[in-house]
Amino acid sequence: MSTREITLTVNGRRTTLSVEPRKLLVDVLREDLGLVGTHIGCEHGVCGTCTVLRDGRSIRSCTTFAVQADGADIRTVEGLAQGPELHPLQEAFWEKQGLQCGYCTPGMLMRCVEILERDPDPTPQSVREQIASNLCRCTGYATITEAVCAAAEVMRSGARAGTEVAS
Amino acid sequence: MKPAAFDYAAPTRLADAIDLLVAHADAEPRVLAGGQSLVPLMNFRLAQPGFLVDLQHVDGLSDIRLTDDELVIGAMVRQSTAEESADAAAGAPLLVEALGHVAHPPIRNSGTIGGSIAHADPSAELPAVALALDATMTAAGPGGERRIPAAEFFRGPFETALGPDEILTEVRLPRRPGGHAFVEHARTHGGFAVVAVAVDLAVDDAGTVTRAAIALSGVGPTPIRATATEQALVGTVPDAESIRSAVAATVAVLSPAGDVHGSSETKVDMARSYLRRGIELALDRAASRR
Repeated sequence: MSTREITLTVNGRRTTLSVEPRKLLVDVLREDLGLVGTHIGCEHGVCGTCTVLRDGRSIRSCTTFAVQADGADIRTVEGLAQGPELHPLQEAFWEKQGLQCGYCTPGMLMRCVEILERDPDPTPQSVREQIASNLCRCTGYATITEAVCAAAEVMRSGARAGTEVAS
Repeated sequence: MKPAAFDYAAPTRLADAIDLLVAHADAEPRVLAGGQSLVPLMNFRLAQPGFLVDLQHVDGLSDIRLTDDELVIGAMVRQSTAEESADAAAGAPLLVEALGHVAHPPIRNSGTIGGSIAHADPSAELPAVALALDATMTAAGPGGERRIPAAEFFRGPFETALGPDEILTEVRLPRRPGGHAFVEHARTHGGFAVVAVAVDLAVDDAGTVTRAAIALSGVGPTPIRATATEQALVGTVPDAESIRSAVAATVAVLSPAGDVHGSSETKVDMARSYLRRGIELALDRAASRR
């Protein structure tokens, strides 16, 4: 079977690569691009640990062929920290113990990035409902919910500070 | 590699997509919409198509159009796009309510309206909505275009009236002012429905039901209409007792297959409860909109 040339922008970096059509996006990220932060879990769209953002919206990279993402803007967990500085969500997961074994964390973080980009001030109830898309089997969801709300507060005050500086 | 090898094309014209299905007929080709049902099946090699025609770049399949009479949704409109569309909310609130039950947002960010309907999972939400609203499915094939009413579209589990070289291009939902409700029981939030009920009805100023359309998922090989219940409701001013007996008329003839999620008897009990809840909610909404 032939390969196809595709172009992906991953965490702001544009790359062109040749892939077999049957290769899943998660496998291209991990094997071809060496971005092993995105995990593989159930491989059929249920658990959510492979969650990445495609053009700003969360998707399952295990049920997406890389060829389907040709031309798309992809964000993975590796794109969150700026050098040594963690993203506010990563910081809050650390502070609130929003992770234990860490296996679900990359997908959970990317899902939570989307949640906060769409609603900067979610209620704990809304966060609980929205993270139902991603399974965590050890920490549980209480501390993750706390972390998301704490990060939301930090990000809102950061945005306000940014506005003040800008104005 | 998890899926078996296949060849792939991503045409931009509908005619080319149909030509590809015809040209690769021997490879058991499939169309690829959002892939949220097909790709998992391929990961497990339960499906091994030799050729995939990706429809995501095909012109004209991703529009939502609202007219005075109907809401027309392109087959490739993503479920989350429809869920957030003001036109969809105005034209078919039953569809939008049902979409909230279709898996989870990250799945709906890829999954499409047409993909779910063409996949025809007997437990899925959107086929029940199409059936309740008397939707019309537009199919395009080598012989041109044809329109298939929902009542003739769903043929069996994962089986529709679409031919192997036909592509579902749009779903046309008639606009029906009144009250709607979509209710379901799923084992976990975002899971497939064990039993789902879609209700669309209207009442006049006196509270008399002038129109009732009710469909169920999860209780048969295809979604089914609760015809006996619809007939019992129309022309009456329903109260708790008459709703119970109208529901009983449908429930009496149900014989769902039992499975790990519930015995046949359990599913019949669920159908009874959810039919009642759906009808009551739709009646309340219809009355409040008058």
